[in-house]
Amino acid sequence: MSEQVIGGQGTEKTPVPRREPKNIGLMIGNFFRKYTMVLALVAVVIFFGVLVEEKNSILSSKNLTSLITANTYVFILATGMLLCILTGGNIDLSVGSVVCLAGAVGCIMLEAKINMWLAVLAMMGIGLVIGVFQGFWIAKIRVPAFIATLSGFYAYRGFASWIMNGESHVGMIAKDSDFVKFFGSYNNSYVSSVLRGWFPALEQSAKDGWIASVEKIFTREGSFFRNLLFGVNSAKNFDVISFLIGLLAALIFIAMMVRKMIVQKKMGIKQSVPGQIITTVIVSLAIIWLSLALSYYKGFPMVLVWILLVLGVYAYITNRTAMGRHLYAVGGNEKATALSGIKTRNVYWFAYANIGLLAGLAGALTTGLNKGIDPKYGEGYEMDAIAACFIGGASAYGGTGKVSGMIIGAILMGVINKGMDLNGVEDPYKKVVKGLVLLAAVLFDVLSKRRKR
Amino acid sequence: MGKILLEMKNITKTFPGVKALDNVNFQVEEGEIHALVGENGAGKSTLMNVLSGIYPHGTYEGDIVYDGEVCKFSNIKDSEKKGIVIIHQELALVPEMTIGENMFLGNEQGHKFAINWNKTYAEADKYLRMVGLTESSKELIKTIGTGKQQLVEIAKALAKKARLLILDEPTSSLNEEDSRALLDLMLSFKQQGMTMIIITHKLNEVSYVADKITVLRDGSTIETIDNHGTEPVSEERIIKGMVGREITNRFPKRPHVVPGEVKMEVSHWTVRHPLYSERKVVDDVSIYVRAGEVIGIYGLMGAGRTELAMSIFGQSYGVGITGELKLDGQPVKMRKSVAEAIRHKIAYVTEDRKGNGLILNKSITVNTTLANLRAVSSRTVIDGDKEYAAAEEYRGKLQIKTPSVEQLVGNLSGGNQQKVLLAKWMFAEPEILILDEPTRGIDVGAKYEIYCIINDLAAAGKSVVMISSELPEVLNMSDRVYVMNEGRIIDEVPAAEASQESIMAAIIRSGRGA
Repeated sequence: MSEQVIGGQGTEKTPVPRREPKNIGLMIGNFFRKYTMVLALVAVVIFFGVLVEEKNSILSSKNLTSLITANTYVFILATGMLLCILTGGNIDLSVGSVVCLAGAVGCIMLEAKINMWLAVLAMMGIGLVIGVFQGFWIAKIRVPAFIATLSGFYAYRGFASWIMNGESHVGMIAKDSDFVKFFGSYNNSYVSSVLRGWFPALEQSAKDGWIASVEKIFTREGSFFRNLLFGVNSAKNFDVISFLIGLLAALIFIAMMVRKMIVQKKMGIKQSVPGQIITTVIVSLAIIWLSLALSYYKGFPMVLVWILLVLGVYAYITNRTAMGRHLYAVGGNEKATALSGIKTRNVYWFAYANIGLLAGLAGALTTGLNKGIDPKYGEGYEMDAIAACFIGGASAYGGTGKVSGMIIGAILMGVINKGMDLNGVEDPYKKVVKGLVLLAAVLFDVLSKRRKR
Repeated sequence: MGKILLEMKNITKTFPGVKALDNVNFQVEEGEIHALVGENGAGKSTLMNVLSGIYPHGTYEGDIVYDGEVCKFSNIKDSEKKGIVIIHQELALVPEMTIGENMFLGNEQGHKFAINWNKTYAEADKYLRMVGLTESSKELIKTIGTGKQQLVEIAKALAKKARLLILDEPTSSLNEEDSRALLDLMLSFKQQGMTMIIITHKLNEVSYVADKITVLRDGSTIETIDNHGTEPVSEERIIKGMVGREITNRFPKRPHVVPGEVKMEVSHWTVRHPLYSERKVVDDVSIYVRAGEVIGIYGLMGAGRTELAMSIFGQSYGVGITGELKLDGQPVKMRKSVAEAIRHKIAYVTEDRKGNGLILNKSITVNTTLANLRAVSSRTVIDGDKEYAAAEEYRGKLQIKTPSVEQLVGNLSGGNQQKVLLAKWMFAEPEILILDEPTRGIDVGAKYEIYCIINDLAAAGKSVVMISSELPEVLNMSDRVYVMNEGRIIDEVPAAEASQESIMAAIIRSGRGA
């Protein structure tokens, strides 16, 4: 027998505390891991914004505006999809069909000259009812979400087509109707025209008051601000109202960040002050630049208001409310959540009811943007929404993912799509690239998790 | 003396924070039945997993010498090629497949891309007859009972040309009759020259079939007893080996608290299995706990302790629950709702902290407040600052070792995870805490700290129900001990009057009587 001396009974193993990364290499590594998608977005934006022919730049005022309107449905639907994915990688395949059905009902109501807000309410109502209905099967009867929503995928599109008699209703809603003003994209579907309609003083000032004089500064030939833009910009007008709103938003953001830093300091929460300051500066500059760029076209489109409203409300719900916490908990460990006294079924129900409601809203926006609806509209929307969530870092197993990440994912996809569009890349190639981007993003997520283990 | 078929030399296996096997030596002779006994967590299953290649070569220290050569298995297939086949406690059968398909799963007959079904079923039938089953191998697995399924597992092992058969708790889910049949089958295999290792808690089975008995305790081999004497080895002799450990201050002194009123009383409590509702998992159990009292519920794995606790905790386990639950002397009709149990100030700290207790990919803060989010939110909006403060408070109170409460729980050591789990339930402000295996899988130092927390809870007037399969823990930490076996309470003793031997003996007596 070998005479090995081995520590006898009760060798106490003190738990190894996880080391905080100290050396620069690790810190850079962590930075890249954390902000990969942001960096990817920056790279793509530089590629399609700066390196291409000026008139095709994604960053030109006009193209930025159309980038937003073209991706409206992605933002709205991906927000709802994120809720479902958080509960454990569940998805909702029916949203594209719900968009079409809600749009069809709303469109027919509008054609019949029913009050537009009533029509909007009806569209969102239909979405909500469908969401609650599907949530019932998924949460209470435990029909797998994939199947329950796949059946909806077929059924609602059938209903929609039936209501429309299989005919396209595109263009049936008047361009200058109030509905298009609030939910579409036409000459007056911009925040400033709505505001000028509400407040005559603004209208007056825009004609010959201080707004008009400010506008002159910006539209002057060779103006300093003009040089900040990318792409061809020969705009004769500048939307002062939108720019001011953007400035205000940036100030509010800075104030919120400062307050957060002060509170954290008071509570003794560890924080990286330089990191937060850098974030604050970058984000506020981005807001200001974006408002500047959009203002040189027609200002903020109305659909952007809806997008921001939805993103804001649901970012708040997921971050700050008990129900939001429950969504993450169910996806993280359903059994533990149930044993903590949380009714997990209601959590599923909540997620599906909300994605229904949002699909209704997306239906209204799709109808507005197209001034009508077609039985084929909404096809593939569900897949774009799912892709945005996964590219934005949501886990296919649930429990992780943020609204902010989803936004990055949606923008990344939108920019690649639009960028290729502007530069004459044809549809088949676009689809291949889109698919590869999705695979790469999810692959990265899977690999970085494996390394951690 | 026969030829040594298997020798495991100086096996040491370490898991993060725990030494599961410490320099274990283990020898099996050709043609014998060797029993491996020990308490839960003594390292029996770990040792067999090392042997069968589930823990591949390189993850442990020491040598496996099998049939005269040193083996380095990197997976189960390697060890099966040598004829070492393990039958796990949990049956590894697919219910929707036929007996034959199950038997040759992963060992398909014919070509890889063209399974020969005629050969499959013919071979399967042949092996079924060998284990005394008359069923056709084309029947679905789910149509035959558990006892027969166990025999199918053995037939499956035979089909792999087993030379050394390892049976991990083969009779744990069988009734007396089926168990006896299985043991007799083992004896007949022995006649034909098969070598077997059996892991079991049932010591009467050990003395019935085993030629040699090796006792494991705390990851070390204690002794190997020969069962060939004129008289079979007595169970008391084996028990002594299993539990006889020196106890030096592993438990904090329990301050004597005069227990108050009866806080919770459960009477004639019966719980049925959620799938097989004819099976009573908890059978006519009556227990009570006073304020400021710690009661221990001791029993072996599968005695029905967890099921009892979870059925009390908002019926989170079981169906057809009957019996009466009284809180503070008042009968309570509790629906199937964990939320309601929490409102009644009951907390259940699960034995399975990773599976049922914690959300590993979330922070300490999120986990701490999950069961009582209302306390840190107003009108369902969570106050992040309040929440942080609460998590910090419990980190200090329970001395959770972490750089920050924003740390993900999955990154903590077992002991600290257990503390987070305790923090979560203490934050829910319960009056009655049911702690299920509160020190499972954590190191000695952390155990001591958990014991101190339990003492503090009792001193603060809380009622603590501690479920444990570690006898010394139960005896040292509780005021009263209930002994549970096969769904029934078979003994109730003040801890001061109980001894390890008396409790083990009670369990074995009741097991034999059943």
